[in-house]
Amino acid sequence: MTMSKIVRTAAGWLFPFILVFGFYIVMHGHLTPGGGFQGGAVIATGFVLLIVAGSYGDISRRITKASLSGGETLGLLLFIVTAITGLALGGTFFANWLADGGLIFGNPVLFGANPGDLNTAGVIPIMNLAVGVEVLGALSVIVLYMLSGIAEEGA
Amino acid sequence: MIDIIHGIVLAGLLVSALYIVRCRDLLSAAISFGIFSFLLSLEFYILQAPDVAIAEAGIGAGLTTAIYIVAIRGTTRWEEVSG
Repeated sequence: MTMSKIVRTAAGWLFPFILVFGFYIVMHGHLTPGGGFQGGAVIATGFVLLIVAGSYGDISRRITKASLSGGETLGLLLFIVTAITGLALGGTFFANWLADGGLIFGNPVLFGANPGDLNTAGVIPIMNLAVGVEVLGALSVIVLYMLSGIAEEGA
Repeated sequence: MIDIIHGIVLAGLLVSALYIVRCRDLLSAAISFGIFSFLLSLEFYILQAPDVAIAEAGIGAGLTTAIYIVAIRGTTRWEEVSG
C-alpha cells in the first residue's frame, strides 16, 4: 500500500514547519511550557510523517537507522557530559556551572514581570537540547524499524 | 463561553471513541484515534496543563496514529466479520 502523491507532497511541505516548531519548543523549554521531551516528540512527528507517507525504499535513502540512533547516542552523551562537567569543576553532579557566568546562556534572570530572556538558565537549555535530540532519534527509529520489518515481508 | 467549548470537546471525545470501537474500516478507526487524541490534548489545554497537552498532541495524535497506520500497511484494511 503506497500513499497518493497528494499525501507525499503535503508531507514534504509540512516537514520543515514541524521541524522549526519542534526546535522552538525545545529551545524555549526553560521559559514556556514544553521542553526537551515535548519538542523532541514534535520533531519525531515530522520524521514519522515522512516515514509513513513514503515507501521504505524512498525513506531509507534520505533517513537512515544509523543516523537516527547516532543522534540518540549523541544526545545522551551531551547530557551526561554536561552533568559530569559540573562535578569536574568542583560543584555537584548536575551543578549549573553556566548560570550567571556571562558565557552562553549566562545572563542573570530579570526580576518582576518580563517577557523572558532566552539567554538565561545556564546548562538547562543545553540539557533540553540534548534530551530533544535523544527523544527525536529514539521515537523516529521505532517507526523506521517497524516499516523496515513490513518491507522485508513484501507487503 | 469556555463551558460550551468544554462540552463540545467532551461530546467529541465520546463520539470519536465510539467510532473507534464500532468502525470496521481500520484506517478510519486509526484516523479517528488521532482525532480522539487531538481532542484530549485540547481538553488538557482547557484544564490548564499546556505541558501535558503538547506531549499528548505529539505522542498521541502524531506518533501513535503513525504506528497504527504502519501496522495496517502490514495487514488488511478491513476488519473480518466474526460470527
